[in-house]
Parts: sequence; C-alpha cells; structure tokens
Amino acid sequence: MATREVVPQRVQLPLSTESLSEERIAYLERLVLQAKTAAAVFTQFGQEEVDGIVKAMVLAGLDQAQPLARLAVEETKLGVMEDKVIKNMVATEFAYNYIKDKRTVGVIREFPDRNLVEIAEPIGVIFSITPITNPTSTVLFKCIMAIKTRNAVIFSPHPNAWRCCSAAVKVMYEAARIHGAPEGVFSCLEEHTLQDNAYLMRHKDVGLIDATGGPGAVRAAYSSGKPALGVGPGNTPVYLEKTADLKTAVTDIILSKTFDNGTICASEQTAVIDDEIYDSALKKFAELGAHICNEHEAKLLACAVIDPETGFMQAAAVGHKATDIARLAGFAVKPNTKLLITPIQGVGREYPLSVEKLFPVLAAYRAKSVDEALKVCIDVNHAGGLGHTAVIFSRDEEIIHKFGQVMNAGRILVNSPGSVGAVGGVYNDLPPTFSFGCGTGGGNSTTDNVNIYHYLNIKRVARRTQAHMWFRVPNQIYFNWNAVENVREFVSRSTIIVTSPALEQIGHVDLVRRCIPAATHIHVSIIPDAEPEVKVVMQGVEALNFYKADQIIAVGGGSVIDAAKIMKLKYESPEADLEELAAPFLDLRKRVVEYPTEKSHRIRLIAISTTSGTGSEVTPFAVLTDKERARKVTLADYSLTPDVAIVDPQFVMSMPKGLTADTGIDCLTHALEAAVSSYASPYTDCNAMQAIRMVFKYLPVAYEHPGDEEARSMMHNAACIAAMAFSNASVGVNHALAHSFGARFSVAHGRANALMLPHVIAYNASVPTKFLPSPYQMGYVAHKKYATVADLLGLGGHTIDEKVKSLVTATEQLLDQLGFPRSIADLGISHEEFERAMPDLTKRAFDDPSWRSNPRMPLISELAELFWKAYEGRGSAKATVAAQEKIS
Amino acid sequence: MATIAVWIRVDEERVVQSLQDTAQRLDGVDGEVTLDFSAVHRIDASALGAMGELASIADDKGIKVVLRGVNVEIYRVLKLLKLVSRFSFGN
Repeated sequence: MATREVVPQRVQLPLSTESLSEERIAYLERLVLQAKTAAAVFTQFGQEEVDGIVKAMVLAGLDQAQPLARLAVEETKLGVMEDKVIKNMVATEFAYNYIKDKRTVGVIREFPDRNLVEIAEPIGVIFSITPITNPTSTVLFKCIMAIKTRNAVIFSPHPNAWRCCSAAVKVMYEAARIHGAPEGVFSCLEEHTLQDNAYLMRHKDVGLIDATGGPGAVRAAYSSGKPALGVGPGNTPVYLEKTADLKTAVTDIILSKTFDNGTICASEQTAVIDDEIYDSALKKFAELGAHICNEHEAKLLACAVIDPETGFMQAAAVGHKATDIARLAGFAVKPNTKLLITPIQGVGREYPLSVEKLFPVLAAYRAKSVDEALKVCIDVNHAGGLGHTAVIFSRDEEIIHKFGQVMNAGRILVNSPGSVGAVGGVYNDLPPTFSFGCGTGGGNSTTDNVNIYHYLNIKRVARRTQAHMWFRVPNQIYFNWNAVENVREFVSRSTIIVTSPALEQIGHVDLVRRCIPAATHIHVSIIPDAEPEVKVVMQGVEALNFYKADQIIAVGGGSVIDAAKIMKLKYESPEADLEELAAPFLDLRKRVVEYPTEKSHRIRLIAISTTSGTGSEVTPFAVLTDKERARKVTLADYSLTPDVAIVDPQFVMSMPKGLTADTGIDCLTHALEAAVSSYASPYTDCNAMQAIRMVFKYLPVAYEHPGDEEARSMMHNAACIAAMAFSNASVGVNHALAHSFGARFSVAHGRANALMLPHVIAYNASVPTKFLPSPYQMGYVAHKKYATVADLLGLGGHTIDEKVKSLVTATEQLLDQLGFPRSIADLGISHEEFERAMPDLTKRAFDDPSWRSNPRMPLISELAELFWKAYEGRGSAKATVAAQEKIS
Repeated sequence: MATIAVWIRVDEERVVQSLQDTAQRLDGVDGEVTLDFSAVHRIDASALGAMGELASIADDKGIKVVLRGVNVEIYRVLKLLKLVSRFSFGN
C-alpha cells in the first residue's frame, strides 16, 4: 500500500560509499554472497516446491498479522493498528490468491498459435528498500513475491521501522526455511546508513533494486545504473460527478482517506465535486464524521501541515488522526471526527492544501461544469501525482471514459475507494501490490501494480513459424481454340470492350462481339496501344459510369488488360487513391495500404489476351504511366485479378515474329524466376516447370512457323501458366535489371529480359554474397531448382553444377534461335555511354521491388557486374558458372 | 608414495562430507582428483561452500579437481557463483 515515504524530497541518497569502513564493506559483501548463493541454489527448485514454501509463508504471515501490525504502530507511531492488520492480511492472503495458480518456474505461458513459449528466469539478488508508512505489509508482500519467483532479497527498511520490518523478515524467513527454501534467501540490513544503500545499489551481484520509498530513494535507485523498480509520489484527484451514487462515494472516500490514517499514497487528496451535488456531498461527509473546515480553519490547517518553503506536507502530520491534526493546527473538532475537509478554490502553490497529504485531510473543489471538473482533476494529477492514481464516482459512461482518457495515472479507479482500490484484488481485479508503478510521469519504468512478473526475467522461445502461403488465380480460365465462345455464358446488360486501335482493325473485337448475347448493350472503348496513362483510365471510368456497365471485356496485350484492371478498380471504388495504393511493400500480407473492399458498383472483368507473354489475364498486377510526373505506377493486389481469363490462340495467330520472340522470352523469364523465387511453393513450381518445358519445346516452332496452331496454342497456354506461377511466387532480379535497362535505353521488355537471363541463372546458382531473409524457404535451393529444370528438359549433366551449365547453354541456344541480340553492345550502345548510365541503372534496379523475392539478395556492385556481363554478352554466363563457388 | 589419481563417487546424501573427505585426502595426491557427481541431483549452500574450500586447497597444492557427471542444473549453479573456472569437467 504505502508506496513511498514521507517528505524525502529533500533527502537525497548519496551515491558515495567512501566513508564505509572495511568492516562494514565486509559485512555487506557477506550479505550479498549469502543472497547470491541462495539465489543460485534456488534455480534448482521446481514449481511445486516453490508453491509449498509460499503457502507456508502466507500462513505464517497471516498468523503474525496482528503482532506485526502492533509492532509497526509502536515503532513508527504512524497509522492505525487495526488497519495495519488488514494491510498485513491483504499482503499475504490477497497476494497469495493472485499468485497461487500462476506459474513462475520453467515454462510459464505457451502460445501454440504463435509458436511462442515463455520461460521464467529468476533475477537473482534483489535489493529492496521498504517504507515507514506500510513497513510490515510491504516486507511480507515482497518476501512472498521473491520466493514465488525464486529470488533472494536483501532488505533495507526505513530506519524508523527497522524493528518491525526485521521481525517481518524473520517470520517469513523461518517459515520459508522450514519448508525448504535456501539458506540466506532473505536478510535485513542492520543499523544501516544511506552509504550502505548506495553500496548495495551499485553492487555487481545485485540484479534489481526494488525501491518502495520516497523520491530520493527512487531517484538514487534509478541513477545507480542497475535495473530498478521505483514508485512515484501521488496526488490523487477524486471526481464526484453529479450522477454518482453519493452515499457510496462519500463512504468510500472516508474509508479510503482514513484507512491507516491516510498513509496510503493512492488515497484521495482533492475531491472535485459537481456544483449540483456539492452541498449535499459535504452534508453527507459531515453526517458520516467529517469536519468541514471554515476559511479560518483552512488557513490554520495549511500553515500547520504544509511546509511553506517546499510546498510539501509536514512529516509531523503524516499518519496521524484527524483530531490530532486539528489540534496541531489550533482548532477544535468533535472527538469522533474522522476527516477534515477543506474547501479550496484552485490547485497549485497558492493553494497549499491541493498537494499530497498522507493524513486524513481532504481538499474539496466546487466545479461548475464537467469541463471545469476534468480540468481541475488534471491540475491535481499534474501537481505531484503523475502516473499514480485517479478516482471517479459516476454513472455516466461517457464521462468515465473521458476521465480515463485525460488522467495520467497507472490506476484509474471507478466507483471505488482510492487507497484500498489501488492495492488491487479487493475492489477490482488489479494485481494486489504494495508498490504502485507510476510510469514515466512518476519517473518509473512501469505503470503496473508491481507483482511477480516484475521479479522475473521472462525468456521467450520463438520457434520458426510456417508462414501461410497462397495460390490465387482467376475463378475461371477458358483456353484452347475458340475459348472466346465462353463469353456467351456471362449475362450482361451493358458491356464495354476495351481494346487498342490495331486490334480493332484486325478484327479481334468482332470475334468477341459475335460471342456476346444480342440483348447486351455493347460499347467499344479504344485506348492507345501503350502503357495506360491515368488520363486514359479515367476516361474509361467515365464511359463505364455513363453506360452503367456491368462487364468489361479487355481484348489486348498487357497494356490494355492493365488499363481495364484499373478502370474496374476506380469504377467500383471511386475513392481509391492510386498514388497511395502504389506504395511499396515487402510482404503482401503485411503491406501498409489496403485496397478498398467497399464497392459502389460491381463489374465483371473478362480478360482476353492477344499476346503470349505478360499473362496479364491472370495476374494481380497493373502498370500505369503517370505522364504528368514522368513515372510508372505499379499496382499489385489480388483484387485486380480479372474474374475470367480467356486464353484463345486465335487471338495470337497474327503476332509478328519479333513480338512472338519477345513475349515468349518474357514468359520463360517469368517461369524461371518463379521457379527459384523465395516465395516458390509446390503449387507455383508445377506451373513454372510446365511453362518452362512448353517454352523450350514450342517457342522455336511458333517463331519459325507462326501459322502452327499447336505451337501458338501451347505458347499461349505457357504464358498463362507461367503467369499463374509468378502471380503467386513473384519474379526476381532479372526483371529488376530488365525494367531498369529497358526504361533507360527504350528496349522492349522481353528483349531486355533476354539480355540478362543467362547471366542471372548463373548468378542465382552460385553462393550468395548475401542471403535474403525468406521464412518460406528452408535453405538455399536455387541451384537445385535450376538442376531440376535441366533434368526436366533432358539437358544432361551429372552434377548440379553441370546441370546449371547445361541450362545456361540451352537458354543461350534458344535466344540464338530467336535471333536476339546477344549483348548490350550489339544494340549499338557504346561502352562509354553504358558506363555513364551505370549509377542510374544500378540505382533503379535496386529500387525495383521485383528482386525482393529473388533467391539471393543483390548488392549494388553485383547488379553492376550483371549489367556488364550482359553488356559483354555471350560466354560470360558460362564463365560465371565455371568460376563460381560450389554449393552442395 | 603419492597417489597419481583419485576417483571419488559423491553421495547425494553426504555431499559436504564427501567434499571434506576429499579435501583431507589431497595431501596424498600428486595428480588429479575426480569427483563423480552423477548421483547428485541438487546442491545446497553448504555443499557450495565445501566445494569452494576444496578448490582453494587443491589450488594451493597444484592438484587438478575434475568434476564428472555434473547435471545441467548444478553446472548452472556453479556458473552463477563463478565456481566453474575453478574445476575441470568431464563427462
């Protein structure tokens, strides 16, 4: 209960220990060694043994509650014996009730769903300062907490409470020893000085200082450099709001403020009372034994109990009863007066009685409004009571809530007494304590009711979690020749076909139109055949709104389908902020921004791809060009994935050779990067591997014989299958390099990918300079994945290294077959120009999010090296494989 | 003639006694003393005191004290009290 001593603001514990004699140092060292040994021996004890000792101590404490209370009052001359008995019983019985079933040894808590286990580790030796106001109860409480947590304690009681405290330590120690506690687990400093305290506070073998004393002791504890628990001063405001149950409130406040003559620092100091009930409240106080001081008496009282120099309470008044205090002040009250109430008009130095008063004197303030009442409570709280305790009596939930918001107090007690309420376990479910943490407001490290968990180091065993993964693709994918016929199945009142001018000209739109039921209103929105601009997308959204569309059919390559995805997003969620949605992220599931789920319209998106590369018909990505700001915005979210994908090869039969090669290699890069991605899973692997096999088999045929329906069909399917893989496993450093290089030198995406691909395979297959954190993977497997690809393609090789080399060779041969330039130099870019561009190229590549799922983390220098290898071209990838460090 | 090595099994019920006996026997030892702790499951303050004394005497005489079969819990106690460095450990 009492958590701090009286008036020690002026007393600073010296940190100097120079005046200690050698004998005294030897004595202190013996105490520490004894405690240290006990704590070490205690580490061998199990929970059951500990609990048995604790129970025996509690029973011994209850048995001695009255003698110890009597001794405390005799020695300290403070408080009320009967109340101190209650305190001793709360310190033992209530504390026991709270801790008896709690685990404090070994595993104390398990969180199976989080793969976390908490294990208790004792602190060792605790140096404990105890107060004069609650001497024996604090000792009993701390002894029980210490044994429950297998710690040893050296006590330093207040000098004026040494006899009763050492008696309490003896009671606890004997009970503990009889039931098996280690020898020397408790000790009590004899005839100690502040220098002793300072010595022990800085002792290397003291693990924790628990300072339940005045601010001086607390400050000394915190400045000792040791972990410390200290409590702060209080100045508890109590707000009597007009809806309060007045009878309960007045009784509780009197009970609290007179308990042990007000020595508990959580007790009420100033009652802020609503004007409407002020008079009746004071009348009720008077009826129940309070004396309401007149102006003259209040002045006398202020002079007597508050030090005019410091503004703090006088030590002489602490813990004395109301009648004695009135006598001290020089006025008479009825003999049975319990409490003195002094009306005040404000808070601060000019209102002396607005400070903390650890005796039965309560200030009272009449508040004209809730607003004024709350402000005065804040003033009281800030006048020396930050972080401690605040009390409200009210039935108005809104006001209670507001009170909780504005009070800076570790304990905000509602409709219950401050002192006994703050102790916990009596009027509420707070942990029982005799040390009130006051948070940073009170210069403390905690706002908690200090309890067993503050006497433990809690270790957390964190097991590797198996991250949940996913595989998400459109609900419906229709493929093979005439798959477009399936459009018929989708009922629509108003459909917008989004396409490019060229595709409309070659008759693709007509192919689609024929498959749309006659009753559907169809409108065609032609957009430029380039990466969509914000302006173009917003025009499309206007059209969707104008025609009240319920279906979009996107017919085109990546650009058209991407535009349609963003149109859908903005049509369904007009408030969506594309700028914000494009914010970077590391893990899709932990990203900061959230895509809108509330939709003002619903529209179906059917994507019909007219190229065999991007796979945009099944991906959750869309790239937008912001011409005004000269940049690209990439959006990624599964809500962007089209509802229906049509993979009909008749839409790609007319693709020119160059486009066939470019898009085909884009598809191969998607598949190879997804295969080795740190997000790869068996679900993406099967798609990636199948796509790779199809590309190696059918891309050369589709390139050489554009009219070959089977090859076209297989490549179209391969692009979609590879896209399903990278939609879920993402891509890698190849794409980061290609994006950077393609943007800088205006090289088509597929071509840029092709220039990097053999070098990236060799790079990923070698020992990483830096591993990328990837909870989804168990060990580095990229080289083995490439070897699996080589096996799948029947490329030969016995070792992983040989197989990787075969894959690099096969890739280079494929690129040759497709007529790709085999080096950046072949594009006519001079060495000097490329060198000048290098800082920008590497920066952009490193900023590109694509590599985040790459199996190895690229350093800037490695990105530069890869660019130079691509510049040099042929042969350098194989040289890399030959020179690389082997991974088994 | 001095004994080169001594092997003593420590009885859990008589840890202090065993350690004190060992300390007394160190005069006749010229090499190392091995204390088998495999039957000891817990150690208390008096036993720790006796171990400290034994270590000091052995140090003075230049005798190596090897502790065998010390369980993890006792090893931890010795570590907390900085006694580990005063002994050698064997399995």
